[in-house]
Amino acid sequence: MTLTRLLAGAALSALLATAAQAQTYTIGFSQVGSEGDWRPAFSRNMQEQAAAYGVDLKFADAQGKQEEQLRAVRAFIAQDVDAIIIAPVVVTGWEDVLQEAKDAEIPVFLVDRDVDVADKSLYATRISADFNLEGRLAGAWLAQESLRDCRIVEMQSTTGSAPAIERKGGFEAVIGQFPGMEIVQTQSGEFTTEGGKRVMEAFIKATNNLEGICAAFAHNDNMQLGAIQAMKEAGLNPGEDVLMVSVDYVPAIVTAMEAGDANASVELRSAVAEFIYPVVTGYLENPTELDKWIVIPSDLHVAN
Amino acid sequence: MTEARNIPDRPGRVAPPGPAVRHAAGQVLWPILALAAILAVAGIVSPGFYDIRIVEGRLFGNLIDILYRAVPTAMVALGMAVVIGTRGVDLSVGAIAAIVGAIIAWRIQAGDPHGLVLVWALAAAALCGVWNGALVAGLGIQPIVATLILMVSGRGIGMLINLIYGGTDPSFQSPFLQGMSTGSLVYIPLRLYLFAALFVVLWLVIRRTALGLFVEATGANAAASRLAGINARAVIFVAYVICGVMAGWAGVILTADTHTSDPVSIAQYIELDAILAMVIGGGSLAGGRIHLGATVIAALVIQALTTSILISGLPPEYNLIIKALVVLFVLVLQSDKGRRDLMASLRRTPR
Repeated sequence: MTLTRLLAGAALSALLATAAQAQTYTIGFSQVGSEGDWRPAFSRNMQEQAAAYGVDLKFADAQGKQEEQLRAVRAFIAQDVDAIIIAPVVVTGWEDVLQEAKDAEIPVFLVDRDVDVADKSLYATRISADFNLEGRLAGAWLAQESLRDCRIVEMQSTTGSAPAIERKGGFEAVIGQFPGMEIVQTQSGEFTTEGGKRVMEAFIKATNNLEGICAAFAHNDNMQLGAIQAMKEAGLNPGEDVLMVSVDYVPAIVTAMEAGDANASVELRSAVAEFIYPVVTGYLENPTELDKWIVIPSDLHVAN
Repeated sequence: MTEARNIPDRPGRVAPPGPAVRHAAGQVLWPILALAAILAVAGIVSPGFYDIRIVEGRLFGNLIDILYRAVPTAMVALGMAVVIGTRGVDLSVGAIAAIVGAIIAWRIQAGDPHGLVLVWALAAAALCGVWNGALVAGLGIQPIVATLILMVSGRGIGMLINLIYGGTDPSFQSPFLQGMSTGSLVYIPLRLYLFAALFVVLWLVIRRTALGLFVEATGANAAASRLAGINARAVIFVAYVICGVMAGWAGVILTADTHTSDPVSIAQYIELDAILAMVIGGGSLAGGRIHLGATVIAALVIQALTTSILISGLPPEYNLIIKALVVLFVLVLQSDKGRRDLMASLRRTPR
């Protein structure tokens, strides 16, 4: 009696195990690095949510280096994972390794930044927020808030990176519609608080204490937080004298917005696993042609 | 009688045109000229570049910014000058700054008194120096390789320390540390006083004790100095500890500046700027020469260049190229041969 029950139990658990195994996918994820606040949150979200979607996630941090990333992707191919997710460090130089993945019949999913390849069949799809839309949202808010008359200082992300090109492009596309709006100073703040502070200090000197400057647009919140510090140290009043708009919506900028030091931030969701995993596992179960870009929505948050 | 004057100051080298003292003065001269040239160009490109006002109880202007922002690089460069004087190099200075930053944020979150936090931070930096010194002087590992170990692992250690308390918000408030970094006394930024004090202490240690001589002797010829009775290993070890502590101070200043621990990007490439400053200051990567004053001026040259480019409104794509070109020009001016060739080609052109 007990034996049969034991056997039945063993059989049942074995059955469950196989069922679970059938749904478990091994997925390699090559992340850019862990700079700023947003990216570590993104990595954590991907790792924490993996089990819920039946994914065994192999995580590789490229520490901001493309060669490290290429090595990680090749390692994933060698391990014969079911799928590879890449958050590219830079947009170029991907043909070879993507071809290798395709030859090994491992689908590649891009998240976050884009890659520049002629043959779009090298990857299944890109699942990401639209950086250009983020720039346009920031520009549109600023146009409305400044009544379409605004001289702007801009803190760019790392020169040549996709967010720098796209956010700047979107922002300029909107403000280009209004003759009263122009970017008078732009520099790279390297995505960091320190960089933003240094660049804003220079802007303050170059524009005689931000005279006639109505807004500061930063490609990410960390740089904007540095800019806020620099302005306060120069006796200026960020959020009041100058409109502060940035992208990411990290916890620290929320605090700054509550304190009235920042005015608006476009949210770049870090909890994106719920958008990414269903697409990947859905494709693995039923490999059909996907749109080449699946957009994760962006929201504009405004201080009261 | 000219015979006697032209005795080379170091055997095996071409005699400099004049006594050794004038040679040393020349080492300071070229960085100063380069600094003056950069500031002159900046003044032409950006009107109002030299304006200095008083804002929020402190001096405020580009020239102050250059001094202010050069402090961390200059601190690291001084330590680097001592290490390179022993014919070594320390690539881990940025990583040491990262570890120091993480320790500051961690101990402040843990509720330590902020004076004690500073002690922890500098002790950690000294320990990093001890580690490097032990690898180089103790185990005899090549300096580039030995310090590479901490360079690549140090930022990871910093991130792990951030994780100790959750790591979600590694920012902190510390009137003591922030005051030291961003505060001012009699209109002058406090970090300039701090730097001056560190410089004087280091100068006394290097130039008023025998240590400087030992360092230069070890760097110039380790075997000969050993035969002369110098404990080369001990000298090299001490040099790395000094460099670690100087990098630690830079880490304190940089971390307190943004009151956030950011191990990934704090003091990035500072080791390269420090080596560059040391070279522009007339030091030699082959060791045996330390020019503390010239190294500080060279750090100002680098920062003056960075600040001028930021102010000029040039597109950011050009920043690094212009920096590289100016550095190349300064180095050509600095070398006796480069200067002669440059003059000769200038003289030839009119014909």
